[in-house]
This record gives sequence, C-alpha cells and structure tokens, in this order.
Amino acid sequence: MAVLQTNVRHDETFARNRDGMLQRLAEVDEQLAATRAGGGPKYVERHRRRGKLLARERIELLVDRDAPFLELMPLAGWGTDFPVGGSIVVGIGVVEGVECLVSANDPTIRGGASNPVTFKKVFRTLEIARTNRLPLINLVESGGADLPTQAEIFVPGGEMFRNLTRLSAARIPTLALVFGNSTAGGAYVPGMCDYTVFVKERAKVFLGGPPLVKMATGEESDDESLGGAEMHARVSGLSDFMAADEHDCLRIGRDIVRCLGWRKNGPGPTEAPDEPRHDAEELLGIASADVKVPFDMREVLARVVDGSRFDEFKPLYGTSLLTGWASIHGFRVGVLANQRGILFSEEAQKAAQFIQLANKQDAPLLFVHNTTGYMVGREYEQGGIIKDGAKMINAVANSTVPHIVLMAGASYGAGNYGMSGRAYRPRFVFSWPTMKSAVMGPQQLAGVLSIVARAAAEGRGQSYDEQADAQMRERVEEQIERESLALPNSGRLYDDGIIDPRDTRTVLAMALSACHSGEVRGAGEYGVFRM
Amino acid sequence: MSRPIAKLLVANRGEIARRIFRTCREMGIATVAVFSEPDRHAPFVREADEAVALGGATPAESYLRGEAIVAAALRVGTDAVHPGYGFLAENAGFARACAHAHLNFVGPSPEAIEAMGSKIEAKRRMADARVPVLPSADVTGLDGAALREAATTVGFPLLAKPSAGGGGKGMRAIATAEQLDAAVAAARREAAGAFGDDALMLERYVERGRHVEIQILGDHDGTVVSLHERDCTIQRRHQKVIEEAPSPALDDDLRRRMSAAAIAAGKALGYVNAGTVEFLLAPGGEFFFLEVNTRLQVEHPVTELVTGLDLVRLQIMIAEGQPIPAEAHAAELRGHAIEARLYAEDAAAGFLPQTGCLTRFAVPDGVRIDTGVESGSQISVHYDPMIAKVIAHAPTRAETARLLHGALRATEVHGLKTNRDLLVRVLGHDEFLAGEADTSFLERHDAADLGAPLVDARGEALHAAAAALVAQAQRRDSARVLGSLPSGWRNNPSQPQEIAFEGARGALDVRYHLARTGALTIQVGDEDLPSPGLGRCRVDLVELEVDGVLRCYRVRCDGTTWWVNGPDGQSELRELDRFPNPVGADQAGSLTSPMPGIVVRVLTEAGARVQRGAPVIVIEAMKMEHEIVAPAPGIVADVHVEQGTQVDAGAVLAVIDADDDTDS
Repeated sequence: MAVLQTNVRHDETFARNRDGMLQRLAEVDEQLAATRAGGGPKYVERHRRRGKLLARERIELLVDRDAPFLELMPLAGWGTDFPVGGSIVVGIGVVEGVECLVSANDPTIRGGASNPVTFKKVFRTLEIARTNRLPLINLVESGGADLPTQAEIFVPGGEMFRNLTRLSAARIPTLALVFGNSTAGGAYVPGMCDYTVFVKERAKVFLGGPPLVKMATGEESDDESLGGAEMHARVSGLSDFMAADEHDCLRIGRDIVRCLGWRKNGPGPTEAPDEPRHDAEELLGIASADVKVPFDMREVLARVVDGSRFDEFKPLYGTSLLTGWASIHGFRVGVLANQRGILFSEEAQKAAQFIQLANKQDAPLLFVHNTTGYMVGREYEQGGIIKDGAKMINAVANSTVPHIVLMAGASYGAGNYGMSGRAYRPRFVFSWPTMKSAVMGPQQLAGVLSIVARAAAEGRGQSYDEQADAQMRERVEEQIERESLALPNSGRLYDDGIIDPRDTRTVLAMALSACHSGEVRGAGEYGVFRM
Repeated sequence: MSRPIAKLLVANRGEIARRIFRTCREMGIATVAVFSEPDRHAPFVREADEAVALGGATPAESYLRGEAIVAAALRVGTDAVHPGYGFLAENAGFARACAHAHLNFVGPSPEAIEAMGSKIEAKRRMADARVPVLPSADVTGLDGAALREAATTVGFPLLAKPSAGGGGKGMRAIATAEQLDAAVAAARREAAGAFGDDALMLERYVERGRHVEIQILGDHDGTVVSLHERDCTIQRRHQKVIEEAPSPALDDDLRRRMSAAAIAAGKALGYVNAGTVEFLLAPGGEFFFLEVNTRLQVEHPVTELVTGLDLVRLQIMIAEGQPIPAEAHAAELRGHAIEARLYAEDAAAGFLPQTGCLTRFAVPDGVRIDTGVESGSQISVHYDPMIAKVIAHAPTRAETARLLHGALRATEVHGLKTNRDLLVRVLGHDEFLAGEADTSFLERHDAADLGAPLVDARGEALHAAAAALVAQAQRRDSARVLGSLPSGWRNNPSQPQEIAFEGARGALDVRYHLARTGALTIQVGDEDLPSPGLGRCRVDLVELEVDGVLRCYRVRCDGTTWWVNGPDGQSELRELDRFPNPVGADQAGSLTSPMPGIVVRVLTEAGARVQRGAPVIVIEAMKMEHEIVAPAPGIVADVHVEQGTQVDAGAVLAVIDADDDTDS
C-alpha cells in the first residue's frame, strides 16, 4: 500500500495560486449568498409574517440534525435573466438515516413559480434520483409555471410528471410535502408522488382556482373547497396526511421516510475512513491559477483520499494520465487524473484498460479533469490517436459503474468526453472555481478562426485585413474565455455545483455514498474496440 | 464462651448488608442475605453467598418478619444473625427468637435492648448511674393541671417525645405553656399512629445544642471501652445528614468526661457489643444523656476512619465471645472524618422523598462510599431514600470538609432529585466550617436556598452548550450513513444547528456551527459564547473552551433528559422536542366522526362523567350504526351535535376532558 508524500512548497507560485483561488471563491460565495437571500428582504419578511418557514429552514428541519447536506446546482441559471438558483433548492440530505434527494421551492422568489431554469434543474434532479436510486422529497410551494415564459416550458415541462411516476415505478419513493400553492400543473406533483402531506389551511392544490372555475363552468367556489388540506385529506384522498402546521408536516415527512424500510443496494464503505495525512487547506495553492500550468494530481489526491493512500496502476506507462485505486470515506474508487494536460495514445489505452478493470471489480470511477485534449499532429494521427481515443471513449461510454467527475482545471475538447464529461452521464460533476472548459483554448480557437479566414481571403485573392483580424481574435478570445469559466459552466448546469477545493473529500464522499444507494455493478459489454 | 461464627445472615438490606458482607469476606465468614421482592436484583443480594427470599414488598411483609428470618437462617444453616440498623435491630423479641433458635445475635442482650427501648426507662437507669440527664417528666395519661405542673417542673422550652420509636418521629418542640395542650395532644396522636403507643414524655429543650454521641463497645468479660465521639449536629427534622469525628466542639477534657459518662452508662447496663450513647451538648459544655442506640449506627464509618478499627469485625469478635482486642482499648484519633448522607429527596419541597431509577451513580476516587445501590438501581417507595453515605478522611477538619465538598460536587448522580447540592453548600458554609453549627442549622437556613442548583445561570448556559455538543457527537456516532463526514457540513450554509433544553431557570436554546476545520461557533439564548473552542468531543464528554478557559463536561442522556457534570456541579436539562406541539390541531380530547352520517343518539351531556370505552354518540351511515366511544375516562366538556345532526367525516362531535392520571 503506497502512501502519497508531499513536495508542496509554500513559494510564490503557491501564494499566487492561493490568491487566485480565494478570489474566485469569493465570487462564488457572493453568488451563494444571493441564493440564500431568496427573493430579497421584502419577500422574505412577507413570507415570515405569514408564519411560514423559508425553503432552507424547511430543509434544515427535515434532515437529521448534524448530518451533512450537499446542495446541488445552487448557481443554476447564472448568467441568465432568471434569478440564480432557479427558484428551487435541491440537495442530498439524510432523513431518518436515509439519504434522500430533497427539492424545495423557494416561494419568496416570484411565488416559487417555475421558469425554464427551474425546469432544467428539476429534470436534472429527477435524473439524479433515478440514476442513484435516491428517495425524492418535494417540499412544495409554487405558484406554478412562470407564465411569460410558458412557450419555453409548457411542452417540455410535462416530462416532470412522467419522470416522477417513473421513479415510483422504479421503486424509488417519492414524497410531496405541500406547504402552500401547488396549483394547475403543479397539482400533479403531489398527484404523481407516492406519499403526500398537506399543511392544514395552507396547502392549496387544485387544477383550476375559483376564477378559472367561474370562467369555465360558472360555478362559485373557494380555495378551501377546491383544494384545501381538509378537503384533500378527508374527501378527495389526494392528501395521505394532514399536518397541523409546517413543523408537523416535516415531522410526518420524516415518519414516512422512517417507515420506508429503506436499504441501500450498494456495498457501502468498506475501507478505513481515516483523514488524509496532508492538509486540504493546501489545495488552494496547489491548483494552478493559470490553466496553462499543469499541477501534480498526486498532491491533490494526497489531500482527498483516505490516509493519503493511493495504489497507482501502470505508473511507468502513459504517465500524463494517473490511474490507481484509493478510497474516500471508506468508499473504494478507481481514479483517473490528468497529470499533464495532454492525452496521447498511451494514456488513452491505459485509461481504456483501467476503466475495464474497475468495471470488473464494481469500483466507481473518479475522473479528475485537467486536460487540454488528445494530442494532434502528423505523428500522432499516423500513430492512431483517433483509434486509441475511441477506445477510451468506448470504455467510458459503456462503463456501468458510477462515474464522478471533478473538474479541477482545464477540460478542453475531446478530453472532456474521454474523461466522462457531462455528456457521458456521469452520476455527478463538480467543479473547482478555477476550472475552464471549452472545445479548445481561447487563443487556439481564435487562431484557428484567423487561419481559416486568412486562407479564405487568400483563396479569393483578397488581401487580409490584419487590423480586423486582431480585433476579431481579441473579441473571440474574450468571449471563449468568458464562456469557459466556472460560473457560466455551472449556470448552464454543465456541473452539479462549484465546490470549495477544501470540501472536495466531503463532496466526493457524499456523491459516492449516494451512488451506493443503488446497485454498483460493472459492465459486461462494450462496443467493438478498434484495434 | 467461645462460639466461632462460620456463616452469618444479615437481617437487613442495602448498604448496611453490603457493609457487613465486606467484613465477613475479609474474615472468611460465609454470608447469607434475606430479601424482599423489590430487592431481588439489588447488589447486596448478589454479593451474598446465599440469599433467601422473604416475599412481599413492604418492610412488614419482609424485613420485619422475625420468624421468617430465623427460619431462613436455620434453613441455610447459619450460626449468626447480624441485624444491621433499623428494622429488627433494636427489637428485643427478635434477639430473643435468635437466641431460642441457637443463632448468635450480633448485638447486645435482649434485656439491654429492652431497657433502652423505652426512653423513660432508659433515662431512669442512666440517672441512677449518675449519667447526666435532661430534666423530664413522664406525662403518659396526664392532662390539664397535672400536665402543666409536670411541664413547669421540666421547664420551657421543652420537647414532647414519644416513649416508643425513634428517628425524631412524633417529636415536637413546645416553646411556651400556651402551646402545651394542643402540642401534647398532637404528639400523642402521632405517636399512637406511628408506634401504636401514645406514651409520651416531656424533656427540656436545649437551644443551639449539638448532637454528640459516644461509640462504646462492651464484651462478655464486662469490659466497656469508648471509641470516642461522633458529632451529628447537622440534622433535618431530627434526622442526621452530616456526621463527623472528632467533634469540633470537644476538647480532650470534655471528650474524657463524656466518654467516662458513656462507659458508666454501658457498665450500668452490662452492655455487650457495639452501642452508642447519645448526648445533647449545650453551648456551655454541659451535656445530657439522650438515649442509647443498641446497634451499629448508620454513621459508624467516621469512627472507623479516625480510629482505623473495623466496627463490624469487632462486633463479630465480641459475639463470638472474644474479649475486646488491645487496639480498641485505647483507640487513637487520627485526623478527621466527615460523612454526608446522600438522599433521593427534594430539599426545596420540604425534603420530599424521591423515587425512581438512579440511572447513574459515580463518586470520584479518594472518599469512602457505603451504598446499597449502583447505576440503574431503583429507589423505591418501600425504603429509606438514602442513596449512599459518602465519607472523607483527611488530617484536619478543614481538609476533610474540602475533600468531601469536592467529591460530592463532582459526583454524578442522575435520574432523580437529590440533596447533593445542599450537602455541598453545607460543607462549604462558613458556620459549618467554623464548627459553630447546631442542630437547628437546617431550620435556620432556608433549605430551598441551600439545595438550589450549584450551577449558576452562566454555568448552566455552558452546560447546555456541552449537552448540545455531546448530543451532536452521539448523533454522528450513531449515524447509519455518512457517519465519518464532518458534522453538520454544508456547502451553502444558511443556518446553524439548533437544539433547545429546559433548564432550572427556563429555556436554553443552543445554536452551533462546526466549520470545515472543526472551528466552533456557539450561541446560547442570545449570547455568542466568546472565543469558543472544542477539544475532545465524544458521546460521553466534551472539552469546551470559552473565553480562554477550557472545561471538561461529562454528559449523559436518559431519553430526553440530559445530565451534565462540570467543574461547577451537575445540571439536569430536559431536551425540548424539535417539532413543537402543533398549533391549530383539534382540541385535545375531541371525538370526531369517522365518516359522514347522521347522529341518531346522543348518550351523554356536557358535564357528565364518562368511563373509558363508554358510548358517547351513535352515528348512522350507510344503514350501519357506529358508536363513538370515550377514549379515556373524563368529563364531557362539550357536545357539538344533537340527534338528527348531519355530520361530515372529521367533524368534531364532542370534547372530553380526560382525567390527568390516565395512561391514554
């Protein structure tokens, strides 16, 4: 068993990296603070005056005290016109000893109405529940769809109800705890859930409210008779339990989870969960502020894995990619980490082999990204870099053990795919604030555009406008740089959250533990490996 | 007359049975316990070589059944019986029954017990032997002028005492002649009720007196020796609470004179075995005979610690016919010993005895503990609620008081209210430390103040913080998933963890947050604890640093009650439910309709009393009649419907105020 040593020096580079990381972290924290502020002081106050709890207060009362809670996609919608966070709080928490996916509308933001970002986030939430077999608890209080954006959401939005019932079909319990409005389409959230609890005199669940009923049939009615908790608990039966108040509702929700008789299907932690030997604080200075400078992934792993133990596989071959075995809070994991950005044929072959080995032993895989992509050039094309890259992508795509991705640095080009990027459906993707991701580097992309344009101009026999070219390159570089940063990446839900590097071990453990809620089983079949 | 003892039965229970067994083991004597049903699993039963059930729960059904105890002794072939104290210890009939059964009774002769059993007879014999006695008069059967004359002869203030019984029961102080008739009548009633005998005597009452007693030993050769005095001045309702040896009120001369008086008393009685001659010591140094206790005293350990003698061993040797050994002839006094009696009682509520489970009992090392209980024992209604005697021994009185003070303060005694905090306050009280306390100490000082929690409001806030952190550690320790992850970790932290307790002074809301690095912030009520730090934090203890001071707290939980022991004492904190009782729920006791229907009969009316299961209202729905019955006995508070009322499912039909003491 090998224990990773450290060579980290607290030198100038370290200090520069640390400063850069702290600055990025401050930007992220500012955004997170904005999500916690919900719809702002005015709406928060109004909500409290009504005797209601905030979304995060509901979650805190729902989950087991002192258990960790991992909020997912907190910055969804960053860079859009919609409030950051998508008006909904989602995370993995522990309820009565059961890891659940919790989703809570934030009614202080436009009444908790669902906009396109909300829907994207909800779909991803349902996917996480399904792929990881996590019971889903919805804390419902939403004014329904954000009507001005209905054209974007109405048709795709139906999938939410489809997926809710498909969770149930897959024996993944679904709960709806209804604290307030859940009307029109929203009424199908409790409708599709296995268990429902409505808060007395608060829950309002109907397809059409009094004005709509009046317009449709002329019938005079009121909220309580159309959709009150009393009515649904005693008459319609849509509510399985009537809660006296919000606290009571959360207590009943906890009771329901306790009575699920839940058991995880994965083997759970099997190794000693001792802390790493080296200080996670140093990760701030290890990760490069400049994405062009690679950093030593062994130093990263030494601050993440149990006891800093890492059994490296194939250490002398394809050394740009680090592969090996470790555990995180007792959960065994196979690690693939980009040691020096480029993936050559050897690295691709090594990865393809290692991924198959992990599948043979049902070990989840951790991909740590810092890649600028597969090597290009005559020698490498002739050497079959495409065939080898294809082997790696084949292995990744057909692997069935859970994949977890940590975007620690660069994630460019096909390297993103080979390292099980978002499109390859890893169970979870987390990013460090300094990560960058794009089809290629900004300078490269601008340069390529320039070369192509110059060639086109020459083909037409025109002279090339060097000044315009310089402006174009600058503009493109700036755009690509901006788009490749962590915040926009997270805003587009290309990850499940930006994390503080010092929390890496905790976050990965929660993700691995969530994966173990379902079966952890390796693949038997792959595509044809091109030889 | 040598009668070696091979096997000894203790006709007693609890701590004194264990105490006697300990010496028996050291002497190689086989041990036999007798026990009542509630005591079946008590430590003293376990520790005996053999144990015989007496059946029953009350003393009358068990430890007072002399014939059953003699039968038990014969059944297992014991050759001696030690009566302990209380129960049959001073029952001449029992001593005689033992003798008839050829069982060696470890105690004085039946005649001596008999003579000292009547206070009037005892006093007469002591006066004859020139032992100073208090002026007194037998007023049995006297009334009116005769009673007043007798009282005048004795002199006021005086004390009315039943001739039978002891332990302060039925005693009454009478300050003036005006109170005489009523007080005597009341004392007679109480004596008749308690002892079946209303014989009464009046005795001079010495104000600011001290209770000083001399331990004597007599053997079959007629030798009587003194093992010096014990001072049992700190009493409540004439029951000893704190005892010590030597007495701070005695000098060598007085000690010699009192010992001589006690020896004279013993010789006059032809006293054999261990006995105690009790005196009332007036502030001027005058002393008066009170009574002779013909048994081993509860407070004997203080004599043992200062003399280095084992009184039980001496009792057994004397019972075997051996002479008093040399070391007991001129016993030296080495250092000072103080005993505190730890009781399950509520000092603030007039020393009301407490019953229940002693969930934990642990006294620090360095003091002697004589106890009949252990963690998990029940303190039952059937017996004295004494938990333990805690006895300290050190070179000087001040050192001993400090040692006992510290040991009691650090004692973990969980599960019920005790007099511990009162004992600690007495041991630290200036008046006590100056040796100036008298028998009215606990009457002159408010017991509720003395017994109030040692832990002050600030301390209690820290105790609540400690309990919160240990509760946290327990939850993390028992977590089924993610147990090794950082406590309360959040990537988007919105609020601290919360837990609320009810303490001695009201609610204590604790909010805390543990950062990724383990750094602690913690708030109790509205106050942030300044510069908090966390050392070890385990399921049973926490090292909490506040404002530059690190303290270790031991914390235990019984269900929803948390017990915290810190350097400043112990707190009892009741954890408040995380989910408070719902507001707006149906009024408690509401009977609701299980389905829509019509009320066909109303079988009760407001104000009526109903029993559990009694039909209250009958509803007809879908051609079937459904009885709505009372879920618990109580009074009908309200009936909301009448015959013919159409009701919806869930409609409240009637409300019943259930009786408080029901278990539903």
